[in-house]
Amino acid sequence: MSATTAPTTSPRRPRAHTLRDTATLAGRVLTHWRQRPISILLGLLFPVLMVLMFGYLFGGAMALPGGDYMDFLVPGMLAMTMLFGLESLVVSVTHDTAKGVTERIRSLPITTTAVLAGRSAADLLDAVVGLALMVVTGLLVGWSPHRGVAPTLAAIGLLLWLRLAFTWVGSYLGLLLKTPESAVAVQILVWPVGFLSSAFVSPDTMPAWLDAIATWNPLSATATAIRDLFGNPGWNAGDWAGDHAIVLALAWPALLTVVFLPLAARQYRALAN
Amino acid sequence: MPYGDLFATPTGDWAIEAVDVQKRFGDAVALDGFTLRVRPGSVCGLLGPNGAGKTTAVRILTTLLRPDAGRVHVAGCDVRADPALARYRIGLVGQSTSLDEILTGRQNLVMFGKLYHLPAAVARRRAEELLDRFGLAEAGDRPVAGYSGGMRRRLDLAACLILSPPVLFLDEPTTGLDPRARIEVWALITTIVATGTTALLTTQYLEEADRLADHIALIDAGRIVAEGTPDELKARVGPDRVETVVRKPTLDEVFLRLTGRHATRTADEPTEPAA
Repeated sequence: MSATTAPTTSPRRPRAHTLRDTATLAGRVLTHWRQRPISILLGLLFPVLMVLMFGYLFGGAMALPGGDYMDFLVPGMLAMTMLFGLESLVVSVTHDTAKGVTERIRSLPITTTAVLAGRSAADLLDAVVGLALMVVTGLLVGWSPHRGVAPTLAAIGLLLWLRLAFTWVGSYLGLLLKTPESAVAVQILVWPVGFLSSAFVSPDTMPAWLDAIATWNPLSATATAIRDLFGNPGWNAGDWAGDHAIVLALAWPALLTVVFLPLAARQYRALAN
Repeated sequence: MPYGDLFATPTGDWAIEAVDVQKRFGDAVALDGFTLRVRPGSVCGLLGPNGAGKTTAVRILTTLLRPDAGRVHVAGCDVRADPALARYRIGLVGQSTSLDEILTGRQNLVMFGKLYHLPAAVARRRAEELLDRFGLAEAGDRPVAGYSGGMRRRLDLAACLILSPPVLFLDEPTTGLDPRARIEVWALITTIVATGTTALLTTQYLEEADRLADHIALIDAGRIVAEGTPDELKARVGPDRVETVVRKPTLDEVFLRLTGRHATRTADEPTEPAA
Protein backbone atom coordinates (compact mmCIF):
# COMPACT_ATOMS: atom_id res chain seq x y z
CA MET A 1 0.00 0.00 0.00
CA SER A 2 2.82 2.36 0.77
CA ALA A 3 3.30 4.26 -2.45
CA THR A 4 5.94 6.48 -0.90
CA THR A 5 9.26 5.41 0.42
CA ALA A 6 10.13 6.43 3.91
CA PRO A 7 12.60 9.27 4.19
CA THR A 8 16.02 8.46 5.49
CA THR A 9 17.27 10.34 8.46
CA SER A 10 20.75 11.75 8.70
CA PRO A 11 22.90 8.97 10.09
CA ARG A 12 24.35 10.58 13.17
CA ARG A 13 24.54 9.94 16.85
CA PRO A 14 21.75 11.60 18.88
CA ARG A 15 24.38 13.74 20.61
CA ALA A 16 25.05 15.52 17.30
CA HIS A 17 21.40 16.64 17.22
CA THR A 18 21.15 17.85 20.82
CA LEU A 19 20.84 21.54 19.97
CA ARG A 20 18.16 21.07 17.33
CA ASP A 21 16.25 18.57 19.50
CA THR A 22 16.34 21.09 22.34
CA ALA A 23 14.80 23.69 20.04
CA THR A 24 12.17 21.23 18.77
CA LEU A 25 11.14 20.27 22.31
CA ALA A 26 11.09 23.90 23.44
CA GLY A 27 8.95 24.60 20.37
CA ARG A 28 6.50 21.99 21.61
CA VAL A 29 5.91 23.96 24.81
CA LEU A 30 5.54 27.17 22.80
CA THR A 31 2.93 25.46 20.63
CA HIS A 32 1.07 24.55 23.83
CA TRP A 33 0.84 28.26 24.58
CA ARG A 34 -0.60 28.92 21.16
CA GLN A 35 -3.11 26.09 21.55
CA ARG A 36 -4.09 27.02 25.10
CA PRO A 37 -3.46 30.76 25.49
CA ILE A 38 -5.77 31.18 28.48
CA SER A 39 -3.76 29.06 30.92
CA ILE A 40 -0.46 30.73 30.00
CA LEU A 41 -2.09 34.14 30.22
CA LEU A 42 -3.41 33.44 33.72
CA GLY A 43 0.08 32.37 34.78
CA LEU A 44 1.52 35.61 33.42
CA LEU A 45 -1.17 37.83 34.96
CA PHE A 46 -0.95 36.30 38.42
CA PRO A 47 2.21 38.18 39.51
CA VAL A 48 0.76 41.38 38.03
CA LEU A 49 -2.26 40.90 40.28
CA MET A 50 0.09 40.32 43.21
CA VAL A 51 1.87 43.62 42.61
CA LEU A 52 -1.43 45.47 42.51
CA MET A 53 -2.71 43.68 45.62
CA PHE A 54 0.42 44.12 47.70
CA GLY A 55 1.13 47.58 46.37
CA TYR A 56 -2.30 49.09 46.93
CA LEU A 57 -3.69 46.96 49.79
CA PHE A 58 -0.61 46.61 52.02
CA GLY A 59 1.53 49.39 50.60
CA GLY A 60 -0.12 52.07 52.72
CA ALA A 61 0.73 50.18 55.91
CA MET A 62 4.37 49.65 54.98
CA ALA A 63 6.67 52.33 56.36
CA LEU A 64 9.85 52.30 54.37
CA PRO A 65 12.81 54.42 55.38
CA GLY A 66 13.71 56.62 52.43
CA GLY A 67 11.59 55.38 49.58
CA ASP A 68 8.32 54.38 48.11
CA TYR A 69 6.97 50.85 48.85
CA MET A 70 6.39 50.22 45.12
CA ASP A 71 10.10 50.81 44.55
CA PHE A 72 10.80 48.13 47.14
CA LEU A 73 7.98 45.78 46.18
CA VAL A 74 8.43 45.53 42.41
CA PRO A 75 11.99 44.07 42.48
CA GLY A 76 10.84 41.61 45.17
CA MET A 77 7.91 40.64 43.02
CA LEU A 78 10.19 40.18 40.00
CA ALA A 79 12.24 37.70 42.04
CA MET A 80 9.02 36.02 43.23
CA THR A 81 7.88 35.65 39.61
CA MET A 82 11.00 33.55 38.94
CA LEU A 83 9.95 31.23 41.76
CA PHE A 84 6.33 31.00 40.56
CA GLY A 85 7.66 29.57 37.28
CA LEU A 86 8.75 26.49 39.21
CA GLU A 87 5.25 25.24 39.95
CA SER A 88 3.99 25.39 36.38
CA LEU A 89 7.11 23.56 35.23
CA VAL A 90 6.63 20.80 37.82
CA VAL A 91 2.98 20.47 36.85
CA SER A 92 3.78 20.19 33.14
CA VAL A 93 6.51 17.57 33.75
CA THR A 94 4.16 15.42 35.85
CA HIS A 95 1.39 15.92 33.32
CA ASP A 96 3.63 14.56 30.53
CA THR A 97 4.48 11.54 32.65
CA ALA A 98 0.86 10.85 33.55
CA LYS A 99 -0.26 11.14 29.93
CA GLY A 100 2.47 8.86 28.57
CA VAL A 101 4.18 11.61 26.60
CA THR A 102 7.39 11.21 28.62
CA GLU A 103 7.45 7.53 27.73
CA ARG A 104 6.90 8.34 24.05
CA ILE A 105 9.71 10.90 24.10
CA ARG A 106 11.95 8.32 25.77
CA SER A 107 11.38 6.02 22.78
CA LEU A 108 13.07 8.58 20.50
CA PRO A 109 16.77 8.70 19.60
CA ILE A 110 17.43 11.93 21.54
CA THR A 111 19.66 12.79 24.48
CA THR A 112 18.67 13.41 28.08
CA THR A 113 20.28 16.83 27.72
CA ALA A 114 17.90 17.76 24.89
CA VAL A 115 14.86 16.71 26.92
CA LEU A 116 15.86 18.72 30.00
CA ALA A 117 17.27 21.70 28.11
CA GLY A 118 14.21 21.89 25.85
CA ARG A 119 11.96 22.36 28.83
CA SER A 120 14.30 24.88 30.45
CA ALA A 121 14.62 26.88 27.24
CA ALA A 122 10.85 27.14 26.91
CA ASP A 123 10.55 28.11 30.55
CA LEU A 124 13.16 30.85 30.12
CA LEU A 125 11.14 32.29 27.24
CA ASP A 126 8.11 32.21 29.51
CA ALA A 127 10.19 34.07 32.11
CA VAL A 128 11.24 36.72 29.59
CA VAL A 129 7.62 37.40 28.64
CA GLY A 130 6.61 37.39 32.30
CA LEU A 131 9.39 39.80 33.24
CA ALA A 132 8.50 42.15 30.39
CA LEU A 133 4.90 42.23 31.57
CA MET A 134 5.97 42.83 35.17
CA VAL A 135 8.38 45.58 34.23
CA VAL A 136 5.63 47.38 32.31
CA THR A 137 3.26 46.93 35.25
CA GLY A 138 5.92 48.22 37.61
CA LEU A 139 6.52 51.31 35.49
CA LEU A 140 2.75 51.96 35.42
CA VAL A 141 2.44 51.81 39.21
CA GLY A 142 5.34 54.13 39.84
CA TRP A 143 8.40 51.91 40.06
CA SER A 144 11.47 52.75 38.05
CA PRO A 145 15.10 51.71 37.78
CA HIS A 146 17.44 54.60 38.55
CA ARG A 147 20.92 53.48 37.56
CA GLY A 148 20.81 53.30 33.79
CA VAL A 149 20.62 50.64 31.10
CA ALA A 150 23.58 48.39 31.90
CA PRO A 151 22.78 47.76 35.60
CA THR A 152 19.12 47.26 34.66
CA LEU A 153 20.03 44.62 32.08
CA ALA A 154 22.40 43.03 34.61
CA ALA A 155 19.49 42.80 37.04
CA ILE A 156 17.31 41.11 34.40
CA GLY A 157 20.22 38.74 33.73
CA LEU A 158 20.41 37.81 37.42
CA LEU A 159 16.67 37.14 37.48
CA LEU A 160 16.89 34.81 34.47
CA TRP A 161 19.95 33.12 35.96
CA LEU A 162 17.88 32.33 39.05
CA ARG A 163 14.99 31.10 36.91
CA LEU A 164 17.31 28.81 34.92
CA ALA A 165 18.46 27.25 38.20
CA PHE A 166 14.83 26.74 39.24
CA THR A 167 14.09 24.91 35.96
CA TRP A 168 16.49 22.10 36.93
CA VAL A 169 14.88 21.94 40.38
CA GLY A 170 11.48 21.81 38.66
CA SER A 171 12.46 19.06 36.22
CA TYR A 172 13.90 17.01 39.08
CA LEU A 173 10.84 17.44 41.30
CA GLY A 174 8.48 16.76 38.40
CA LEU A 175 10.24 13.50 37.51
CA LEU A 176 10.46 12.55 41.18
CA LEU A 177 6.82 13.28 42.06
CA LYS A 178 5.42 11.72 38.84
CA THR A 179 1.73 12.57 39.34
CA PRO A 180 0.07 15.96 38.85
CA GLU A 181 -1.71 15.41 42.19
CA SER A 182 1.55 15.33 44.12
CA ALA A 183 2.79 18.37 42.21
CA VAL A 184 0.26 20.34 44.26
CA ALA A 185 2.69 19.95 47.17
CA VAL A 186 5.17 22.09 45.24
CA GLN A 187 2.51 24.70 44.58
CA ILE A 188 1.94 24.97 48.32
CA LEU A 189 5.64 24.93 49.28
CA VAL A 190 6.45 27.74 46.87
CA TRP A 191 4.64 30.17 49.16
CA PRO A 192 6.65 29.76 52.37
CA VAL A 193 9.87 29.73 50.34
CA GLY A 194 8.78 32.94 48.65
CA PHE A 195 7.63 34.71 51.79
CA LEU A 196 10.62 33.61 53.86
CA SER A 197 12.69 36.10 51.94
CA SER A 198 13.20 39.81 51.57
CA ALA A 199 10.76 39.89 48.63
CA PHE A 200 7.99 41.73 50.51
CA VAL A 201 9.29 42.76 53.91
CA SER A 202 12.59 43.28 55.64
CA PRO A 203 13.93 40.12 57.31
CA ASP A 204 14.84 42.38 60.26
CA THR A 205 11.17 42.49 61.21
CA MET A 206 11.09 38.68 61.57
CA PRO A 207 12.05 36.58 64.63
CA ALA A 208 15.80 35.95 64.66
CA TRP A 209 15.72 32.39 63.27
CA LEU A 210 13.35 33.35 60.45
CA ASP A 211 15.50 36.40 59.81
CA ALA A 212 18.50 34.09 59.30
CA ILE A 213 16.61 31.88 56.85
CA ALA A 214 15.18 34.84 54.97
CA THR A 215 18.54 36.59 54.79
CA TRP A 216 20.23 33.53 53.26
CA ASN A 217 17.31 32.55 51.00
CA PRO A 218 18.51 32.48 47.35
CA LEU A 219 15.45 34.53 46.49
CA SER A 220 16.56 37.25 48.96
CA ALA A 221 20.03 37.33 47.40
CA THR A 222 18.57 38.02 43.96
CA ALA A 223 15.96 40.46 45.32
CA THR A 224 18.61 42.42 47.23
CA ALA A 225 21.05 42.35 44.30
CA ILE A 226 18.53 43.66 41.79
CA ARG A 227 17.32 46.37 44.18
CA ASP A 228 20.91 47.48 44.29
CA LEU A 229 21.26 47.32 40.48
CA PHE A 230 17.96 49.14 39.91
CA GLY A 231 18.93 51.74 42.50
CA ASN A 232 15.77 50.91 44.47
CA PRO A 233 15.67 51.10 48.27
CA GLY A 234 16.38 47.95 50.24
CA TRP A 235 16.68 46.96 53.85
CA ASN A 236 20.32 46.15 53.99
CA ALA A 237 20.96 45.39 57.63
CA GLY A 238 24.67 45.65 56.94
CA ASP A 239 25.29 41.90 57.23
CA TRP A 240 27.57 39.90 54.94
CA ALA A 241 24.70 38.53 52.86
CA GLY A 242 23.37 42.01 52.27
CA ASP A 243 26.77 43.45 51.37
CA HIS A 244 27.57 40.62 48.94
CA ALA A 245 24.12 40.21 47.42
CA ILE A 246 25.39 40.21 43.82
CA VAL A 247 27.98 37.54 44.57
CA LEU A 248 25.29 35.44 46.25
CA ALA A 249 22.83 36.08 43.41
CA LEU A 250 25.44 34.59 41.07
CA ALA A 251 26.55 31.79 43.40
CA TRP A 252 23.21 30.47 44.66
CA PRO A 253 21.78 29.65 41.21
CA ALA A 254 25.15 28.16 40.21
CA LEU A 255 24.99 25.88 43.24
CA LEU A 256 21.36 24.92 42.55
CA THR A 257 22.31 24.08 38.96
CA VAL A 258 25.33 22.01 39.96
CA VAL A 259 23.17 20.00 42.37
CA PHE A 260 19.86 19.70 40.55
CA LEU A 261 20.88 19.37 36.89
CA PRO A 262 22.67 16.04 37.52
CA LEU A 263 19.85 14.96 39.84
CA ALA A 264 17.27 15.67 37.13
CA ALA A 265 19.32 13.80 34.52
CA ARG A 266 19.72 10.85 36.86
CA GLN A 267 16.01 10.83 37.65
CA TYR A 268 15.16 10.85 33.93
CA ARG A 269 17.50 7.96 33.18
CA ALA A 270 16.14 6.09 36.20
CA LEU A 271 12.80 5.82 34.40
CA ALA A 272 14.42 2.81 32.67
CA ASN A 273 14.92 0.93 35.96
CA MET B 1 30.32 11.74 13.26
CA PRO B 2 29.24 9.06 10.80
CA TYR B 3 27.07 6.43 12.34
CA GLY B 4 26.79 3.70 9.72
CA ASP B 5 23.73 2.84 7.72
CA LEU B 6 20.76 3.10 10.03
CA PHE B 7 18.52 1.21 7.70
CA ALA B 8 20.78 -1.59 6.60
CA THR B 9 18.85 -4.85 6.46
CA PRO B 10 19.34 -6.46 9.83
CA THR B 11 21.73 -9.34 9.59
CA GLY B 12 21.11 -12.66 11.26
CA ASP B 13 18.13 -14.96 11.34
CA TRP B 14 16.05 -13.01 13.81
CA ALA B 15 14.43 -9.59 13.71
CA ILE B 16 13.79 -9.84 17.44
CA GLU B 17 15.87 -12.01 19.70
CA ALA B 18 15.57 -12.00 23.46
CA VAL B 19 17.52 -14.63 25.34
CA ASP B 20 17.12 -15.45 29.01
CA VAL B 21 15.96 -11.97 29.99
CA GLN B 22 15.49 -11.30 33.70
CA LYS B 23 13.69 -8.35 35.22
CA ARG B 24 12.48 -7.75 38.73
CA PHE B 25 10.80 -4.79 40.36
CA GLY B 26 11.76 -4.99 44.00
CA ASP B 27 10.59 -8.41 45.13
CA ALA B 28 8.27 -8.98 42.19
CA VAL B 29 9.74 -11.00 39.34
CA ALA B 30 8.39 -9.58 36.07
CA LEU B 31 10.46 -11.59 33.59
CA ASP B 32 12.12 -14.86 34.54
CA GLY B 33 14.19 -16.35 31.75
CA PHE B 34 12.17 -14.77 28.96
CA THR B 35 13.37 -16.10 25.61
CA LEU B 36 11.72 -15.20 22.32
CA ARG B 37 12.86 -15.20 18.70
CA VAL B 38 10.92 -13.65 15.85
CA ARG B 39 11.77 -14.15 12.18
CA PRO B 40 12.10 -11.12 9.90
CA GLY B 41 8.84 -10.33 8.15
CA SER B 42 6.66 -12.32 10.50
CA VAL B 43 4.04 -11.20 13.00
CA CYS B 44 4.41 -12.68 16.45
CA GLY B 45 1.48 -12.52 18.84
CA LEU B 46 2.53 -12.39 22.48
CA LEU B 47 -0.38 -13.59 24.57
CA GLY B 48 -0.71 -13.99 28.28
CA PRO B 49 -2.84 -13.15 31.28
CA ASN B 50 -2.60 -9.77 33.00
CA GLY B 51 0.61 -9.48 34.95
CA ALA B 52 2.36 -12.20 32.94
CA GLY B 53 5.03 -9.78 31.76
CA LYS B 54 3.84 -8.75 28.27
CA THR B 55 4.28 -5.02 28.72
CA THR B 56 7.54 -5.45 30.64
CA ALA B 57 8.86 -7.53 27.74
CA VAL B 58 7.82 -4.91 25.19
CA ARG B 59 9.32 -2.09 27.24
CA ILE B 60 12.63 -3.95 27.49
CA LEU B 61 12.66 -4.79 23.77
CA THR B 62 11.99 -1.12 22.92
CA THR B 63 14.77 0.30 25.18
CA LEU B 64 12.35 1.86 27.66
CA LEU B 65 13.34 -0.49 30.45
CA ARG B 66 16.76 -1.94 31.29
CA PRO B 67 16.78 -5.69 31.87
CA ASP B 68 18.63 -7.06 34.90
CA ALA B 69 20.20 -9.77 32.74
CA GLY B 70 19.89 -11.36 29.33
CA ARG B 71 20.62 -10.62 25.70
CA VAL B 72 18.28 -8.44 23.62
CA HIS B 73 18.74 -7.82 19.90
CA VAL B 74 16.19 -6.00 17.77
CA ALA B 75 16.61 -5.20 14.07
CA GLY B 76 20.27 -6.08 14.22
CA CYS B 77 21.12 -3.88 17.20
CA ASP B 78 22.08 -4.81 20.68
CA VAL B 79 19.37 -2.92 22.53
CA ARG B 80 21.33 -2.67 25.78
CA ALA B 81 24.60 -1.60 24.18
CA ASP B 82 23.20 0.83 21.62
CA PRO B 83 19.68 1.94 22.56
CA ALA B 84 19.94 5.05 20.37
CA LEU B 85 20.42 3.06 17.16
CA ALA B 86 17.65 0.67 18.20
CA ARG B 87 15.29 3.63 18.63
CA TYR B 88 15.79 4.61 14.99
CA ARG B 89 14.87 1.09 13.92
CA ILE B 90 11.89 0.43 16.19
CA GLY B 91 8.33 1.66 15.99
CA LEU B 92 6.19 1.47 19.11
CA VAL B 93 2.49 1.75 19.65
CA GLY B 94 2.25 1.24 23.36
CA GLN B 95 -0.22 1.22 26.17
CA SER B 96 2.10 3.39 28.21
CA THR B 97 3.04 5.83 25.44
CA SER B 98 1.00 8.66 24.06
CA LEU B 99 1.24 11.52 21.64
CA ASP B 100 0.85 15.11 22.78
CA GLU B 101 -2.86 15.78 23.28
CA ILE B 102 -2.58 19.54 23.14
CA LEU B 103 -0.87 19.52 19.76
CA THR B 104 -2.76 18.77 16.55
CA GLY B 105 -2.23 15.51 14.71
CA ARG B 106 -0.09 17.28 12.13
CA GLN B 107 2.00 19.12 14.74
CA ASN B 108 2.66 15.79 16.48
CA LEU B 109 3.84 14.07 13.31
CA VAL B 110 6.05 16.99 12.25
CA MET B 111 7.56 17.20 15.74
CA PHE B 112 8.30 13.48 15.89
CA GLY B 113 9.74 13.63 12.36
CA LYS B 114 12.14 16.34 13.51
CA LEU B 115 13.02 14.36 16.63
CA TYR B 116 13.87 11.43 14.32
CA HIS B 117 16.21 14.00 12.75
CA LEU B 118 14.52 14.51 9.41
CA PRO B 119 15.07 17.93 7.87
CA ALA B 120 12.09 20.18 8.65
CA ALA B 121 10.73 20.16 5.09
CA VAL B 122 10.98 16.37 4.87
CA ALA B 123 9.28 16.01 8.27
CA ARG B 124 6.39 18.17 7.06
CA ARG B 125 6.03 16.25 3.80
CA ARG B 126 6.14 12.94 5.64
CA ALA B 127 3.45 14.15 8.04
CA GLU B 128 1.16 14.95 5.08
CA GLU B 129 1.73 11.53 3.52
CA LEU B 130 0.98 9.73 6.76
CA LEU B 131 -2.11 11.81 7.56
CA ASP B 132 -3.44 10.94 4.09
CA ARG B 133 -2.59 7.30 4.37
CA PHE B 134 -4.23 6.92 7.77
CA GLY B 135 -7.38 8.83 6.90
CA LEU B 136 -6.52 11.77 9.17
CA ALA B 137 -6.02 14.50 6.57
CA GLU B 138 -9.15 16.35 7.64
CA ALA B 139 -8.54 15.94 11.36
CA GLY B 140 -4.89 16.91 10.97
CA ASP B 141 -5.34 20.45 12.25
CA ARG B 142 -7.43 19.54 15.28
CA PRO B 143 -5.87 18.94 18.72
CA VAL B 144 -5.46 15.24 19.50
CA ALA B 145 -7.47 15.73 22.71
CA GLY B 146 -10.60 15.80 20.52
CA TYR B 147 -9.78 12.60 18.60
CA SER B 148 -11.76 9.40 19.02
CA GLY B 149 -9.96 6.33 20.33
CA GLY B 150 -9.66 4.93 16.82
CA MET B 151 -8.22 8.16 15.42
CA ARG B 152 -5.67 8.32 18.22
CA ARG B 153 -4.54 4.79 17.54
CA ARG B 154 -4.24 5.53 13.82
CA LEU B 155 -2.16 8.61 14.60
CA ASP B 156 -0.04 6.48 16.94
CA LEU B 157 0.55 4.04 14.10
CA ALA B 158 1.38 6.90 11.75
CA ALA B 159 3.89 8.32 14.24
CA CYS B 160 5.73 5.05 14.58
CA LEU B 161 5.97 4.69 10.79
CA ILE B 162 7.68 8.04 10.23
CA LEU B 163 10.96 6.29 9.42
CA SER B 164 9.31 3.02 8.29
CA PRO B 165 11.27 1.04 10.86
CA PRO B 166 11.90 -2.63 10.12
CA VAL B 167 10.43 -3.77 13.45
CA LEU B 168 7.17 -2.67 15.06
CA PHE B 169 5.94 -3.28 18.57
CA LEU B 170 2.19 -3.10 18.99
CA ASP B 171 1.32 -3.31 22.67
CA GLU B 172 -2.42 -3.96 22.86
CA PRO B 173 -3.08 -1.77 19.81
CA THR B 174 -6.86 -2.14 19.93
CA THR B 175 -7.53 -2.16 23.67
CA GLY B 176 -10.40 0.19 24.44
CA LEU B 177 -11.52 0.53 20.84
CA ASP B 178 -15.03 -0.18 19.63
CA PRO B 179 -15.42 -3.12 17.23
CA ARG B 180 -15.48 -0.93 14.14
CA ALA B 181 -12.35 1.01 15.07
CA ARG B 182 -10.72 -2.29 15.95
CA ILE B 183 -11.39 -3.66 12.48
CA GLU B 184 -9.96 -0.46 10.95
CA VAL B 185 -6.77 -0.76 12.98
CA TRP B 186 -6.50 -4.46 12.08
CA ALA B 187 -6.76 -3.57 8.39
CA LEU B 188 -4.00 -0.96 8.78
CA ILE B 189 -1.74 -3.36 10.63
CA THR B 190 -2.34 -5.98 7.92
CA THR B 191 -1.24 -3.58 5.19
CA ILE B 192 1.81 -2.47 7.17
CA VAL B 193 3.07 -5.98 7.81
CA ALA B 194 2.32 -6.96 4.20
CA THR B 195 5.30 -4.77 3.22
CA GLY B 196 7.67 -7.03 5.13
CA THR B 197 7.75 -5.25 8.47
CA THR B 198 8.30 -7.51 11.43
CA ALA B 199 5.81 -7.02 14.24
CA LEU B 200 5.44 -8.12 17.81
CA LEU B 201 1.84 -7.82 18.89
CA THR B 202 0.60 -8.15 22.44
CA THR B 203 -3.09 -8.47 22.92
CA GLN B 204 -5.79 -9.72 25.19
CA TYR B 205 -8.11 -10.34 22.27
CA LEU B 206 -7.32 -13.76 21.02
CA GLU B 207 -9.30 -13.22 17.86
CA GLU B 208 -6.87 -10.39 17.14
CA ALA B 209 -3.89 -12.71 17.48
CA ASP B 210 -5.64 -15.36 15.40
CA ARG B 211 -6.18 -12.83 12.62
CA LEU B 212 -2.92 -10.94 12.58
CA ALA B 213 -0.22 -13.22 13.91
CA ASP B 214 1.44 -16.05 12.08
CA HIS B 215 3.30 -17.12 15.17
CA ILE B 216 2.00 -17.15 18.74
CA ALA B 217 4.02 -17.10 21.94
CA LEU B 218 2.25 -17.63 25.23
CA ILE B 219 3.77 -15.93 28.24
CA ASP B 220 3.00 -16.75 31.83
CA ALA B 221 4.80 -15.75 35.01
CA GLY B 222 7.48 -13.95 33.05
CA ARG B 223 8.50 -16.66 30.62
CA ILE B 224 7.31 -18.18 27.35
CA VAL B 225 5.36 -21.36 28.09
CA ALA B 226 4.30 -22.34 24.57
CA GLU B 227 5.04 -21.26 21.01
CA GLY B 228 3.93 -22.10 17.51
CA THR B 229 1.49 -21.24 14.76
CA PRO B 230 -2.13 -20.85 15.87
CA ASP B 231 -2.89 -24.23 14.28
CA GLU B 232 -0.01 -25.95 16.03
CA LEU B 233 -1.12 -24.61 19.36
CA LYS B 234 -4.68 -25.69 18.76
CA ALA B 235 -3.47 -29.15 17.80
CA ARG B 236 -1.50 -29.33 21.04
CA VAL B 237 -4.54 -28.87 23.18
CA GLY B 238 -6.56 -31.27 21.09
CA PRO B 239 -10.24 -31.32 20.24
CA ASP B 240 -12.69 -30.64 22.98
CA ARG B 241 -13.81 -33.88 24.53
CA VAL B 242 -17.10 -32.65 25.96
CA GLU B 243 -18.90 -31.75 22.78
CA THR B 244 -20.36 -34.54 20.71
CA VAL B 245 -19.40 -32.84 17.48
CA VAL B 246 -15.64 -32.74 17.34
CA ARG B 247 -14.29 -29.24 16.72
CA LYS B 248 -10.96 -27.58 16.97
CA PRO B 249 -10.40 -25.66 20.20
CA THR B 250 -10.47 -21.90 19.91
CA LEU B 251 -7.40 -19.87 20.79
CA ASP B 252 -9.23 -18.88 23.96
CA GLU B 253 -9.15 -22.47 25.05
CA VAL B 254 -5.51 -22.79 24.10
CA PHE B 255 -4.80 -19.68 26.13
CA LEU B 256 -6.62 -20.91 29.19
CA ARG B 257 -5.04 -24.33 29.14
CA LEU B 258 -1.48 -23.36 28.45
CA THR B 259 -1.36 -20.44 30.85
CA GLY B 260 -2.67 -22.53 33.69
CA ARG B 261 -6.00 -20.78 33.86
CA HIS B 262 -8.05 -23.92 33.22
CA ALA B 263 -9.93 -25.84 35.86
CA THR B 264 -8.27 -29.09 34.80
CA ARG B 265 -4.71 -27.88 34.76
CA THR B 266 -2.00 -30.36 35.44
CA ALA B 267 0.71 -30.22 38.03
CA ASP B 268 3.55 -29.51 35.60
CA GLU B 269 1.95 -26.34 34.31
CA PRO B 270 3.32 -23.08 35.68
CA THR B 271 1.77 -21.46 38.69
CA GLU B 272 0.18 -18.03 38.81
CA PRO B 273 2.44 -15.02 38.55
CA ALA B 274 3.01 -13.09 41.74
CA ALA B 275 1.63 -9.83 40.38
